Amino acid sequence: MNGFSANRVLAVMIKEFKQLTRDRLTYAMMLAMPVVQLLLFGYAINSEPRHLPTALLVQEDTIFARSITSALKNSAYFDLVAQVRTPAELDDMVRRGEVQFAITIPGDFTRRVARGDKAQMLVEVDATDPSATGAAVAALAALPTQALAHDMKGALAPKAAATPPFEVLVHRRYNPEAVTSYNIVPGLLGVILSMTLVMMTALSVTREAERGTMESLLATPVEPIEVMVGKLAPYVVVGLIQTAIILLLARFLFDVPMIGGWLGLSLGVSLFIIGSLALGFLMSTVAKTQLQAMQMSVFYILPSILLSGFMFPFRGMPAWAQALGEIVPVTHFLRVVRGALLKGQGIEDMWRELLALVAFVCVVTALAMARYRRTLD
Amino acid sequence: MTLAIDVRGLNKSFGDKHVVQDVSLQVEEGKICGFLGPNGSGKTTTLRMLCGLLTPDSGAGRCLGLDIITQASAIKRRAGYMTQKFSLYEDLTVEENLQFSARVHGLDRRRDRVDQALERLGLTERRAQLAGSLSGGWKQRLALATATLHEPRLLLLDEPTAGVDPKARRTFWDEIHALAAEGLTVLVSTHYMDEAERCHEIAYISYGQLIARGTAQQVIADTKLITLNGEGPGADRLSGEIGKLPGVDMAAPFGQSLHVSGTDRAALEAAIAPYRRAPYRWTEIEPSLEDVFIRLMETSQDNFQ
Repeated sequence: MNGFSANRVLAVMIKEFKQLTRDRLTYAMMLAMPVVQLLLFGYAINSEPRHLPTALLVQEDTIFARSITSALKNSAYFDLVAQVRTPAELDDMVRRGEVQFAITIPGDFTRRVARGDKAQMLVEVDATDPSATGAAVAALAALPTQALAHDMKGALAPKAAATPPFEVLVHRRYNPEAVTSYNIVPGLLGVILSMTLVMMTALSVTREAERGTMESLLATPVEPIEVMVGKLAPYVVVGLIQTAIILLLARFLFDVPMIGGWLGLSLGVSLFIIGSLALGFLMSTVAKTQLQAMQMSVFYILPSILLSGFMFPFRGMPAWAQALGEIVPVTHFLRVVRGALLKGQGIEDMWRELLALVAFVCVVTALAMARYRRTLD
Repeated sequence: MTLAIDVRGLNKSFGDKHVVQDVSLQVEEGKICGFLGPNGSGKTTTLRMLCGLLTPDSGAGRCLGLDIITQASAIKRRAGYMTQKFSLYEDLTVEENLQFSARVHGLDRRRDRVDQALERLGLTERRAQLAGSLSGGWKQRLALATATLHEPRLLLLDEPTAGVDPKARRTFWDEIHALAAEGLTVLVSTHYMDEAERCHEIAYISYGQLIARGTAQQVIADTKLITLNGEGPGADRLSGEIGKLPGVDMAAPFGQSLHVSGTDRAALEAAIAPYRRAPYRWTEIEPSLEDVFIRLMETSQDNFQ
């Protein structure tokens, strides 16, 4: 025992600081990451989305219908993106996730309002993500008294004063009880796969370089693509096992509905696993140390959680953040998983997302191959 | 005579450091060539260029008749390379490391070959041990077994015996000679003079330039170094004094005696003259390889500055 020496503490401290500044990338990340993340996520995340895409089916051409249409247009919560002619079209748009709301004004609407006979307007909500629609659904409550205020004149005026002239029938599709876990648990599949798989392979090449085994490996006739495929294959199995476990738990622990779309789901899962592994491999060809590789994978995970629509409604983000979110592979994977499990989407409904995943795999693999050095130069 | 290594004018720079400068090297098939030179002189870089791990900035040549730039992957299949730092998988067993190497090289009769390699290098009892838990000498043997498993025609060894005990070194060199007897060409870098003397020929590189070449005797003779051995009580303590005298290139204590070397006989004798008295006795001896190398190192350093 020789007590506590401030000098020795200082010695260790100075050494740590010096080592910290030697690793430029770590240094830059530690300073840049908080700023980037604060600005990015601070402005991007909004848990009360407005301007949700809405499709409208109007089965009569009346003053009342037009008033309601314009009331919807004036609302900050709804963006009328389509006026369709048939219920089937409306149904397709909701299933494909093109719109969040599908509003139907039935053919006998005006007649019933005039008669005071339980006039109804049907609002179908894509409730896969309950938090995305909560505020908008609440705003619908004020619609009946306001929308027709100017039209309820003369003989109709007394009726308007007594009760609202019509009611809004809200039909929450895919998740009628607004169970949050139905949305979160399938989403977790994407997040968990990203976290484990990207990180595992991000270390794979870096580890070889750091331990010095890369030199021996490069001295053998093994080709870059052979190294990559060989290194990733075991983790594909790991990823598939993880998927199976998560889906089983989702079914039996969280009662997540699994309507179908198995083919699309399998394709999506396979592409996503391969893409994530290839991305990790790419990172490991860039990183110089395992620590750097870890930091890179964290840097990737954060937007995957925050901008993908996993934690906060995708449509709640401003346009620029949505554009960024579209670049994040998890975004597309989440749409595939949620679409398949909760909505029973077939490949015809989700081919865009699958194509995005194919692009992800191709781009990342090409970059990794370009980055991988077959020499020590 | 066939040349296993035949390269000319190799150059390699890292940043502004010109690590290898115009190195030309020819090694005959079946020969063991010792590759010597001080630390940082470019030995490792040269070895790496020969087996395709580094691309030369300029220069050309052939290893085993294959172009080192365009046919690097063919060379990799026919050459064995043993790195300076242990570079096998420490978390795999001895046998698993060999199995991996066998598969990567696409060898047939994998089991037999691995068994034979284990047997040959005395690793059979340690086959199930993790490579990381082996001692230095055993690691080196495993590395050699791995580098020779695919029966290469050329073996490049980068300071294979650094940090290995004398007995293990002896066994290792016996093995190298046995391989050379079978026709394998070996280029081995080392800092040990006794090892250099066990090579058929040596190549000396300093500050990126190849400055001496030939058998140990030739290299010694070529430097035209004259070495005097001074004996007597306290002779070894004269090194500082004598080393500064004109005509003396170097003075190094060896145990109780002192080696004084120079290239100009008259100047050397003149320098020693004051010490030619009791209790000192001076005799001319054959300069050792070490004397020659230190001399080479110092002159090349002068050239470099």
